[in-house]
Amino acid sequence: MGNLDLQPHFDNEYRWGFVTDIEQEPFPQGLDGAVIRRISATKGEPAFMMEWRLRAYQHWLTLREPTWATVQHPPIHYQDIYYYAAPKTASGSKPKSLAEVDPQLLATYEKLGIPLQEREALAGVAVDAVFDSVSVATTFKDKLETLGIVFCSFSEAVREHPELVRQYLGSVVPYTDNFFASLNSAVFSDGSFVYVPKGVNCPMELSTYFRINASNSGQFERTLIIADEGASVSYLEGCTAPRRDESQLHAAVVELIALKDARIKYSTVQNWYPGDADGRGGIFNFVTKRGECRGDNAHISWTQVETGSAITWKYPSCILRGDNTVGEFYSVALTNHHQQADTGSKMIHIGRNTRSTIVSKGISAGHGSNAYRGLVKVLAGAENARNHTRCDSLLMSPDCAAHTFPYIEVKNPSAKVEHEASTSKIGEDQLFYLRSRGLSEEDAVNLIVNGFCKEVLKELPMEFAVEAQKLLAVSLEGAVG
Amino acid sequence: MLQIHNLHVNVAGNDILNGIDLNVRPGEVHAIMGPNGSGKSTLAQVLAGRDGYEITAGSVHYLDQDLLPLTPEERARAGIFLAFQYPLEIPGVANVQLLRTALNSLRRARGEAEMDAIDFLEFVKDKLMLLGMDDSFLFRSVNEGFSGGEKKRNEILQMAVLEPQLAILDETDSGLDIDALHVVAQGVNSLRNAAHAIILVTHYQRLLNYIVPDQVHVLAGGRIVRSGGRELALELEQKGYAWLEDKASQADNAADLMEARL
Ligand SMILES: Nc1ncnc2c1ncn2[C@@H]1O[C@H](COP(=O)(O)OP(=O)(O)O)[C@@H](O)[C@H]1O
Ligand SMILES: [Mg+2]
Repeated sequence: MGNLDLQPHFDNEYRWGFVTDIEQEPFPQGLDGAVIRRISATKGEPAFMMEWRLRAYQHWLTLREPTWATVQHPPIHYQDIYYYAAPKTASGSKPKSLAEVDPQLLATYEKLGIPLQEREALAGVAVDAVFDSVSVATTFKDKLETLGIVFCSFSEAVREHPELVRQYLGSVVPYTDNFFASLNSAVFSDGSFVYVPKGVNCPMELSTYFRINASNSGQFERTLIIADEGASVSYLEGCTAPRRDESQLHAAVVELIALKDARIKYSTVQNWYPGDADGRGGIFNFVTKRGECRGDNAHISWTQVETGSAITWKYPSCILRGDNTVGEFYSVALTNHHQQADTGSKMIHIGRNTRSTIVSKGISAGHGSNAYRGLVKVLAGAENARNHTRCDSLLMSPDCAAHTFPYIEVKNPSAKVEHEASTSKIGEDQLFYLRSRGLSEEDAVNLIVNGFCKEVLKELPMEFAVEAQKLLAVSLEGAVG
Repeated sequence: MLQIHNLHVNVAGNDILNGIDLNVRPGEVHAIMGPNGSGKSTLAQVLAGRDGYEITAGSVHYLDQDLLPLTPEERARAGIFLAFQYPLEIPGVANVQLLRTALNSLRRARGEAEMDAIDFLEFVKDKLMLLGMDDSFLFRSVNEGFSGGEKKRNEILQMAVLEPQLAILDETDSGLDIDALHVVAQGVNSLRNAAHAIILVTHYQRLLNYIVPDQVHVLAGGRIVRSGGRELALELEQKGYAWLEDKASQADNAADLMEARL
């Protein structure tokens, strides 16, 4: 049973690996103050933004790459990366309407299954499409504006809502936070911005689709979501990249701010190019995601399905500052071939009666390595804090690995913190049982994996649950027998 | 329907089945009894196509085709069903999901249209009613946290949904209270007709009060040492298996002697 090898199920093609042949705006390789000024100038940013970037850069120069994660990779040569890559447009600025968007780009998104024409778009989902370093289109913007909701690219937000950006940017993830967050703060190119005003429930799912296309370029997007008092919003994020032999760096920062009685649900289906079967190429995904329940009764929920990237390093976290606030983290991470994931969550209980839930499902196949790393911290003032953590690992091959690193720090005796963990192998017995009912081996594996992930998948909005299930099925697809 | 001829099976270096002959015709119910460790489950699992059993001699034919090269799913699609002695748990997968996926796999193989979720729910509710089982069964994870009796009843539900031509029940009656026993009997008897055949592996003759077998076989030491009508089951209940096991070892000795002479 220990030798049961389900590898054939995972030997599938990465279907999103094509390259769009489009002219790039050239930018010099490497990073220095001049490059940062040029990024800022290209985007027409106000002075405060450029100064913030430069301070972040100065800080970054004092930092070293973290080494505590269970991931291994060749050194990243930061001076070989292109920090800005944008599809060239005739006017030199973001197209004003879809009619001005390069048809090549529209075709790319079409091929990725993300139609940007509103009449063809998924009903009830507004999309911001980010191609390399810039946002190329945002759908349903006008409709949202009538409710006072701001949904636009980060660059636009910096220009058009500088007061909001200035107030909230870096307030959850300061530019000093960590090596990759500092780098992002210095060079971030674009991303999405959402502001939902007081008492407004956003009537549609908001989503960003990130696409890396250019080679040797890093992608450093920044997302900032603010739900004002009593507001609520559900936000979705999807990502893909072409297949290339060399690795590419992706270092994003996401900040969520939920004020009193507000609710933010953030879902990710991460499908960056994972590298080939021998571990060549793939995206290095070093991401800092953090939300703060700043007001009482606020609620932040993270859901992620991570199937892509050569390396995933991310810990979507919640700072539960207000009283009665709730933080949730639901995660599925699948690592295959030589993929490595070190992911988990941090729940920081500051307010009274704060509650948090962590559900992590790791699936390892091939030589994949999957680590859960989580911190539950209850501060002295957090009377009656509650956490429940559950980490399950499913092993699919004899050569894969699963690790669990739970850290618990409790400074208030009234806290109740529970941690459950399990590791199981997909069993020959289970497979035989299902096959004896007429299921193919592939369907049997799929059913077991879907069952294993169910608690997480059910947290995803409908539109995404279907996509995530398909993606898991595709990852499990292969030549049987 | 099923012809087993001189079947020898080796598991992990041990000879477990030592020449089984069995002939099952459509419409028949055969009971296989025998002491623990005599090879009953091994026979059942070999028929369902489990890996890890080495067939060292003999043959198995099912509906005039060689059964042994078929994968477990091919056998299921050809109409064979095994109710497991120890059913497996599949966490997070609702019973109804497995039942429908399984039925549709069979229907696809037969070139029939798949059943959608709504039609299936209607179909399966009839089956539940027939078995006197609760709807809540459908939405629980497959066998997870089920009592022993619930697991066995769940096997019968799967059987009722898949309507196999050849059903093999491996000690489905063990450890059941009288109500659960009725469910099993009801499930089997409703399947029983001129086209279907059933093999009941059982320890106790009790079940045979409800499902009257056409033939009873006693398996001991990897061989069928005795076959007869249902009165054989009653005899076994009175006398136990010891007298037959003696016969089995005598047969072994006789065989050894024969070999020695040759
Ligand atoms: N996987 C296995 N490896 C080694 N021995 C086995 C295995 N499965 C069954 N056996 C042995 O085969 C014999 C018959 O077992 P089994 O078919 O389960 O008997 P029964 O169902 O009649 O109680 C027993 O001696 C058992 O220990
Ligand atoms: Mg047995």
